[in-house]
Amino acid sequence: MKRYSAFAVVREALRFHTGWERAWRSPEPKRRYDAIIIGAGGHGLATAYYLGKNYGITNVAILEKGWLGGGNTGRNTTIIRSNYLQDPSAAIYEKARSLYETMSQDVNYNIMFSPRGVIMLAQTEHEVRGYKRTAHANALQGVATEWIEPARVKELVPIINLQGPRYPVLGGLWQARGGTARHDAVAWGYARACSDMGMDIIQKCEVTGVRTEAGCVVGVDTNKGAIDCDKLGMVVAGHSSVLSNMAGFRLPMESVALQALVSEPIKPCMDVVVMANTVHGYLSQSDKGEMVIGGGTDAFNNYTQRGSFHHVEETVRALNETFPMLSRLKMLRQWGGIVDVTGDRSPIISSTPVGGCFVNCGWGTGGFKAIPGSGWAMAELMATGHSKLAEEFTMTRFREGKFIDESVAAGVAH
Amino acid sequence: MLILKCPYCGVEAEETELTAGGEAHLKRFGPGSSDDEFHDYLFTRENPKGVHFERWRHANGCGKWFHAARCTQTLEVFGTYSAQTTEPPQEIKDKIAAKRPGWTWREFS
Repeated sequence: MKRYSAFAVVREALRFHTGWERAWRSPEPKRRYDAIIIGAGGHGLATAYYLGKNYGITNVAILEKGWLGGGNTGRNTTIIRSNYLQDPSAAIYEKARSLYETMSQDVNYNIMFSPRGVIMLAQTEHEVRGYKRTAHANALQGVATEWIEPARVKELVPIINLQGPRYPVLGGLWQARGGTARHDAVAWGYARACSDMGMDIIQKCEVTGVRTEAGCVVGVDTNKGAIDCDKLGMVVAGHSSVLSNMAGFRLPMESVALQALVSEPIKPCMDVVVMANTVHGYLSQSDKGEMVIGGGTDAFNNYTQRGSFHHVEETVRALNETFPMLSRLKMLRQWGGIVDVTGDRSPIISSTPVGGCFVNCGWGTGGFKAIPGSGWAMAELMATGHSKLAEEFTMTRFREGKFIDESVAAGVAH
Repeated sequence: MLILKCPYCGVEAEETELTAGGEAHLKRFGPGSSDDEFHDYLFTRENPKGVHFERWRHANGCGKWFHAARCTQTLEVFGTYSAQTTEPPQEIKDKIAAKRPGWTWREFS
C-alpha cells in the first residue's frame, strides 16, 4: 500500500491523480479463515484491525451484507466523549477517546479528529447534581472533565440562550478533550489498514446461517457460499438478535430507530459539541457548516431505518428554545439508524453459549465514540479469551444483576 | 406515522396518542422460578425482524392496555386485539399466515 502523505498529494497533483490506489481490495471469499468478523462497520473493522495489529491474526474475513460503513457508522452524529459515571464505561470510552487522538497517524488516514470539547448542559436541578457527581467520579477515573457555571457555558457557546423559561441553563459538564471525527473516514481508515494487513473485506455478503459442531462454531453460510472459521465475531448492532438466533442463543436486546438531521450550511457559529439531555437533543456544527442534530429513539421495535417524524419535531422544538437562532434554519436531511438497546443501556462484549463465537453489540445510541476501544477489547477477547476492558460487559451480567447502569447515570442522549 | 386502532374504545389512534409497552405474551416468572427463567422473563426478547406482538397503551385516550401484531421490517400493522389473552386471536394469526407464507405462531418464552 502506498502511504498517504503531503508528498503523495504533490506527486499525484503533478501526474493528474492517476496514481492513487484503491483504498481496499474487494476479493472473493476464501474457503477458510482463522477468524470471521460479521459486520464491516466501525466496531467490526476496529475489531479486525486490532486482531491484526495487537495479536498478529491476519487470516481474517470481514463480511458485510451491505456496503462498508453503511449502517450506523455512517448515520451517527460523530460525537466523541468519555464522561460516563460507571467505572467500566469510563474505562472503555476513555480508551476509545485516547485511541482516536492518534488514529490518523496509526492507520495513515485522516479521520479529522477534532477535540473541540463537549458540554453536557444541566437544565434541571437533578441534572446539576448528577453532573457534579459525574465530574467527581471522572476525577477518580482519570477522565478530564469539570463542572462549569452558566457564565462559562455562555462564553463557550455564544449562541446559547441561558434564560429559557422552561429549560434554563444551570451549568454544564465540560470535557475539553471530547469532540468529533469524520465518521466515514473512521470506517475507511480501518478498512484500508485491514486490507493492507491481508484481511479480506467482503461486501454484499450476507450471513444466512451459523454452522456449529459439538457446541462450537465451525463456519458461516452466506449468499457467497459457506466459509469455515475457527472464531466468529458478531458485530452487527441492530441485527444482533437476528444473528444470535442463527447461532442458537438469544440476547437481552431490542432494536429501535434513532434519528438525526442536519440543517442547511451556515457560517461558523459554534465550535463545541453541546448535548442537552433534558430536552433530548444534541448539536454540533460540521466542517461544511451544517448544524448536526441528534434526536431521540422511537419506543417501538423497528428494523426499517426510518423513525417517527414527531421525534424530529420534538427535538427541534426543544432545541429552539435553547438555541433561538436555529428557528431560522431550514433542515436539509433527516435519517434513521437501527440501534440495539440492552436492558441496562450498556454494551455487550462477550463470549457466548456457542464455543468460539463472540458478540460485540448493544452500543445502542452511543456507539461511534467507542469504536477504537470496543475493537481493542473485542480483539483481545477473541484472541486471548479474556479482556480486562470487557470483563464487566458480559451477556451474563443481567442474570447476575451486575448491571452497568448508564441509562440513569449518563442520561439518554449520546 | 404509526396508527393503531384501540380495540377498547375503537379510536384510530396515532402514535403520539399511544405509549409502547414492549413485547407481548411474555410468560411471567416470579418467586420460586429458576434464575434462567427469571432472567429470560425480565431481559431476553425475541426482537424479531418481521412479525412482532407487542403491548401498547392508549395513554392519551381511554387509557387501556391492548396488544398489536405488527411487522418490524415493513411497519405493516396486522391488527390489534384485547390484552386479556395469552395468545393472538385466530383471525390475526390467519391474516399473518396469509401474508407471510411459512409463518407460524410459536410459544414466546
